[in-house]
Amino acid sequence: MVSKQYPRLGETVFHEILENGLHIYVDRRRDFQKSYAFFATNYGGMDMRFFQDGRWKDTPAGVAHFLEHKMFDTKDGNALQDLAANGASPNAFTSSAITGYYFESTEKFFDNLKILLSFVSVPYFTQESVDKEQGIIGQEIRMVEDDPENQVFYALMECLYDHHPIRVPIAGTQESISHITAGTLYSCHKAFYNPANMVLTVAGDVDPEQVCAIAKEILPKDSLGQMERDYGGEEAPNTAASEKELTMEVSTPIFMLGFKCDPAGRGEEWMRRELAGELACEALLGNSTPLYAKLYSQGLINKNFSYGFEMYPGCAMMVAGGESRDPQKVRDAVLAEGERLAREGIDAGLFQRLKKGVYGAKVRGLNSFEYTCISMAQSHFTGVDYFKFPEIFDAIDQACVEDCIRSWVTAQRCGLAVVRPGEGEA
Amino acid sequence: MELQPGVWLTAVQTKKFKSSVLGAQFLAPLTAQSAAVNALTPMVLRRGTAKHPDLESLSAALDELYGGSLEPMVRKKGETQCVGFVGSFLDDAYTLNKEQVLEPAAALLSELIGAPYTRDGAFCPDYTRQEKANLIDRIKAQVNDKRQYAQIRVVAEMCAGEPFGVDKLGSMEAVEAITPQTLWEGYQTLLNQARVELYYCGSADPERVQAAFHPLLTVLPAGKRAGLVRPAKKKAPKTPRRVEEALDVTQGKLAMGFRTNCDAWDEHYPALMLVNAIYGGTTTSKLFMNVREKLSLCYYASSGLMNDKDVMLVSSGVEFDKVGQAEGEILSQLYKCQAGDFSDDELEWARRSVVSTLRTTLDTQSRMEDYWLSQSAAGLTEGPDDMAARVEAVTRAQVVEAAQDLTLDTVYFLKGRE
Repeated sequence: MVSKQYPRLGETVFHEILENGLHIYVDRRRDFQKSYAFFATNYGGMDMRFFQDGRWKDTPAGVAHFLEHKMFDTKDGNALQDLAANGASPNAFTSSAITGYYFESTEKFFDNLKILLSFVSVPYFTQESVDKEQGIIGQEIRMVEDDPENQVFYALMECLYDHHPIRVPIAGTQESISHITAGTLYSCHKAFYNPANMVLTVAGDVDPEQVCAIAKEILPKDSLGQMERDYGGEEAPNTAASEKELTMEVSTPIFMLGFKCDPAGRGEEWMRRELAGELACEALLGNSTPLYAKLYSQGLINKNFSYGFEMYPGCAMMVAGGESRDPQKVRDAVLAEGERLAREGIDAGLFQRLKKGVYGAKVRGLNSFEYTCISMAQSHFTGVDYFKFPEIFDAIDQACVEDCIRSWVTAQRCGLAVVRPGEGEA
Repeated sequence: MELQPGVWLTAVQTKKFKSSVLGAQFLAPLTAQSAAVNALTPMVLRRGTAKHPDLESLSAALDELYGGSLEPMVRKKGETQCVGFVGSFLDDAYTLNKEQVLEPAAALLSELIGAPYTRDGAFCPDYTRQEKANLIDRIKAQVNDKRQYAQIRVVAEMCAGEPFGVDKLGSMEAVEAITPQTLWEGYQTLLNQARVELYYCGSADPERVQAAFHPLLTVLPAGKRAGLVRPAKKKAPKTPRRVEEALDVTQGKLAMGFRTNCDAWDEHYPALMLVNAIYGGTTTSKLFMNVREKLSLCYYASSGLMNDKDVMLVSSGVEFDKVGQAEGEILSQLYKCQAGDFSDDELEWARRSVVSTLRTTLDTQSRMEDYWLSQSAAGLTEGPDDMAARVEAVTRAQVVEAAQDLTLDTVYFLKGRE
C-alpha cells in the first residue's frame, strides 16, 4: 500500500488499487477504540439508464434502493444479525448518486469486515423475497409521500430541472417498483457492484495491509469496470418552472427555494465548485449575514431555516428551506440580496469570518469516522482526493464566491416549491 | 488539579481530535429553591456580554474562532446540579496561519461568565424574559415526551424529600417567579460559593491550558467554596409505593424505581453496572429479549442506573390492560438475575457492552467531558480505562450479590384518560 501524509490535517491515509480495480483507502487513526468501514458503489437513485452488454438499458426508478434492502439477505440468513451478534452497528443508505454499506465496531473488526464485503458482493435474491420486499418498500414509499419535507424537495427538483434524473424519488414509486424482479436486481448488481465501480474506505486503528488482504480474499477477482450512464443530456442553465405549489396537512407553509448552478467537471474542479458553492450559501444566507437577521426579525423565517449546496453528476444547486408564512417574500428578499452582493460585493470582514468558520467545520468534521469515510468515498467517485480540501479551499477568494452569486442567484435560475396547509391531494 | 480554593481543572492532553473542548461548570447542591434559577443562569449569560451585547456579535466572535461553539449546559450528577458552558473549537494544530484558538476561546468563555450584559445592576429584562419562556418550553417538552416524563415522575415520587427528587430544570412555577434581580442574586451565589470545574481536552499541554484559564480565575472571587456531598442511601419501603396518573396517552408508560444500595463511590459498583446490562441495559438483556421480544408485552423495556445515586429505573411502554402482566414479568426477570439464573453468554455479552461503552468514551470528546464531570462531581478520579479493567474482573458471584441488593421502591403508571 502507498501511504500519504496530510500534515495540515494530521492524517495518514493508505491507498491501494486491487487488480480487480477496487480502490481501498485506510485513514489510520491511532489510539482509537472504534473502527469504521464503508463499502460503497457508485450507483444511486439517478442511475436508471446505462450501457451493458452492448446496449443501453432502461431500469425502473428505485432499483438501487431496492437492492440496498435486499443485499442484507444471505443464503444462510441475514447479515445484519451476523454483524450485530459481533457487537457491530451496521447500516446502509442509498442517495441519488451512491449506495453505501457500513458498520462501526470496537472488537472483531476484521471478522466484521469479512461479513460486510461478502454480503455486499454476493447477491442472493429469490422471486419470493423480492415480492415480499415490494410490500415493505411500498409502505416506505407511502410514508415518504406523506412527508411534506420530502414532497417539497421533489417539487423543487421539478422546478429546477427539465429531465435530469435527480427529479425522480430515490425509492421510486409504487408503480415503478412493481416492475422490479429478481432478474432486474441480479443484472443491476452485476453492472454496478463490480469492484472497479466501488470503493472501500476505513477509519480506525487497524492494520491497512490486513484490510487489503481480506478484500483480496473475499472479493471477485475480475471486474466489468466503470459503467457508462445516461442522464438525458445537459440541462439548460435556467429553470424548467419558477414555482410549484402543493397542499398537504401542515400547520404552516413549508418551502424550499433553489438556485440552479452550473455543474462541475470531475477532479479538483468538482471540489473547488463545491467549496465555493458552500461559501456562497454562507455569504448569502448564513446566520451572521444581514439577510438572515432581517428575515428572522421580520418573522419570515424561524429556527428551522436551513440551507446548503448540493452537487451530483450533471447538476448542482443552492437550496434553502424551512417554514414561512410568506415564502414568496423570502424568495424576493433572497433575490434582492443576491443582486446587492453582485453589485456591492461581500463585506470583506464577513467573508474572512465565514471562510474561517467553514474551514473549521470541515476539519472538525473529520472527528467523525462516518463523515470521514463517506467523504473519502464520494470524493473518490468524483475523481479527487478528499484530504486535498485545505489547499483547494485556500485558493478560493472573495471574487470567486461573488462570481458564483452573480451568475446563479438570479430570477431565471430560481425555483420555489411550497407546501401549503389544506386537504392533502391524493 | 485545584487552581484556587474550590476551583478545579481537568485537562486531557491528546492529539486524537481535530477539536479542543473547553468547559466551565458551577457545581451546586440540587435544591427545589435554587434549581430553576441555576438552570436559567447559563441561558441568560449566553445571550450577551458587555463587549458582545447580542447573539449576532457573539456569533461573529465564534465565527472568528473557526466556527466554534459555546453551549449553555444544565446537568444533574447525583444530587449536584451542574450548570455552565461547554465549547468546542478547532484545535490549534489545524488553524490556518498557525493561529491560537485556545486563548481567545477561553477568554470568550470567561467573558460570558464574568462580564455579562447587564441593565441597572442586574440581568437584562428582555433576555431574562425570553430565556424564561424558552426554559418553560423545555420543561413542557418533558411532559410531551411521555417516556421521559414517566421517568422524571417516578424519581420525583420515589425521592420526594431527597434532593435527588428535584428536576435539573427546576419547576415551572419556580421559573415563572424569577426576576432579573433574583436571577442576578442567584448568579452571585454561584460565582462566590459554588465549586467550579474547568475542563479542557485537546492538544495543548497543561501549563498552557492553565494559563489560558487565567482570565477566568480572575473573575471568580477567591474564598471558600462549597464541598461535594455524597447522596444518602435509602432503603425501599416494605411495600412498594404505587402512583398512577392519567393523561391523554394512547400507550401506557410504566416506570419502576429500585434502590440499589450501591453508588459510584462503592468498590462493587462495576458489578452493579453488569447487573444492569444483563437485566435491561442492552439489546441482549433479559428485559429486551423476554419482555419485549419473546412475550411482546411492551413496546420497549429497559433499565438504567442513575448517575452517582443509589437508584435504578426500569422504563417500559405497555398497553393499559397488560400493565399488571408486564410488571410481573419485569420483576420475574429480576428474580432470575438475583438467583444467578443467567447464562455465561449473557454475562459476557453484558460485559462486552459495558466495557465497550466505557472504552469508546475515550473516542468522543463530548462523552469524555461528561464522564469527567460525573467523576468530578463525585470527587472520583478513575478514568474509563481503569473502570473498564475493573468491569473485566467482576465475577459471577459478585454480579449475583449486587443483584440481590436491588429492591423495588416505587411503581409509577401513566395511563390514558377514561
